[in-house]
Amino acid sequence: MTIIADREVCIGAGQCALAAPEVFDSADDGLVELVRPHPDDADLPVVREAVALCPARALRLRDGG
Amino acid sequence: MTTSDLGTSPAQPFPVQRCPFDPPAEYAAMRGTAPIVPIRLPAGRTVWAVTRHAEAQRLLTDPRISTDTTREGFPTLTGEDSRERVADTHPGMFIDMDPPEHDVYRRMLISEFSVKRIRAMRPGIEKTAHELIDAMLAGDRPADLVADFGLALPSLVICQLLGVPYEDREVFQSRTRRMVELVDAPEAARAAVMEIHGYLDDLVTRAEAEPGDDLLGRLVRERRATGELRHDELVGMMFLLLVAGHETTANMIPVSVLTLLRHPEQLAALKDDPALWPGAVDELLRYQSVVDWAAFDRMAIADIPVGDRTIRAGDGVFVLGFSANRDERAFPEPDAFDIHRGARNHVAFGYGVHQCLGQNLARAELEIALRALFERIPDLRAAADIADLPFRYGAPIFGLAAFPVTW
Repeated sequence: MTIIADREVCIGAGQCALAAPEVFDSADDGLVELVRPHPDDADLPVVREAVALCPARALRLRDGG
Repeated sequence: MTTSDLGTSPAQPFPVQRCPFDPPAEYAAMRGTAPIVPIRLPAGRTVWAVTRHAEAQRLLTDPRISTDTTREGFPTLTGEDSRERVADTHPGMFIDMDPPEHDVYRRMLISEFSVKRIRAMRPGIEKTAHELIDAMLAGDRPADLVADFGLALPSLVICQLLGVPYEDREVFQSRTRRMVELVDAPEAARAAVMEIHGYLDDLVTRAEAEPGDDLLGRLVRERRATGELRHDELVGMMFLLLVAGHETTANMIPVSVLTLLRHPEQLAALKDDPALWPGAVDELLRYQSVVDWAAFDRMAIADIPVGDRTIRAGDGVFVLGFSANRDERAFPEPDAFDIHRGARNHVAFGYGVHQCLGQNLARAELEIALRALFERIPDLRAAADIADLPFRYGAPIFGLAAFPVTW
């Protein structure tokens, strides 16, 4: 599983960093930073929640590495 | 142009008064009928109300839905021409702009309100909250939780962040209240807007000459000096940040105290386990939805099918946040207040590119304010019957005019 984060679309709401702090962070510019672009299966529920919470729809999941 | 579907069914008169702890009874009936239903605004125009959570999120992210108040025919509650209302105040007010224009301004501010930056502000917010509680405890009983704490805390925090002298608070606090309370008196509301605007015009002029170590000073040095921002744009941005930065949280804090006092078993759980506070704050935001539709009035700029109806280009669209946040399709037992719910997908801050820029500051302020208040004053209680409290039903942002409390 790979997370694709579009920093051009991100508005820095920080919802992902709050929902799954071990996977997402906010960088110094306030936009999304991927701490773990390839999360474990165990992280999937919170990663999916983060994707759904993103108000700018800047996050996508892709199968495989 | 196809005739709008708006005329085909009877329209619910709008706005309707909340209960005060629950949405107007009409919302559940409207939500049961369809995801979009016609509502009739006071001046007679019929627009669409969006009643359900999924459609609220979908339409708030749809580029065919505009928030640009300079468009001809943009819906207003009073029927006034929105272009006249915003003629002198539109520059820099990016809440009333569509992408890509909107994004230019928002991107200048994202780092100022990031999760990281707000985390760093927490000790300062805590110190301010405790100082206000110290003053309350040293003062007379009953205290007014609105003036002494709920309004004071976010005002102090936003003043310090932006670089607005707190001793000037009377200028913006009273006029912001007038601005939101006078929804049916557009000329008086506009006068209040222009007074805050005039004050900020002077403040920005002073900062241009001598920028301080604050958000305004940083914008002057990094954006104004480089020619990226004009003076009037900077004034508009400051207006938006100052007004949105205090009035919303100022209403949330007292209403949240009341909700927690009405649910003593959940308040006791929070006192036992402070780790529950972040979840409680999101549940308070969902359950109370103090903004409801007030930041989510829009206009369609192309036809949009929704279920078996179609929003036509030019139709007004009001997203009812309070209805979406009580939608049984998104939240099981939506009318139950439950701090253990763990539902962060409410739309109390909106959704889409306009979702509240200050949402993480608001969350931090609410968590710190409520926790400190109940830790320092464990037997805090209302000093009046709840039925007698002066709820601000007429204001688009729901709150209390005063809230006498004792201990």
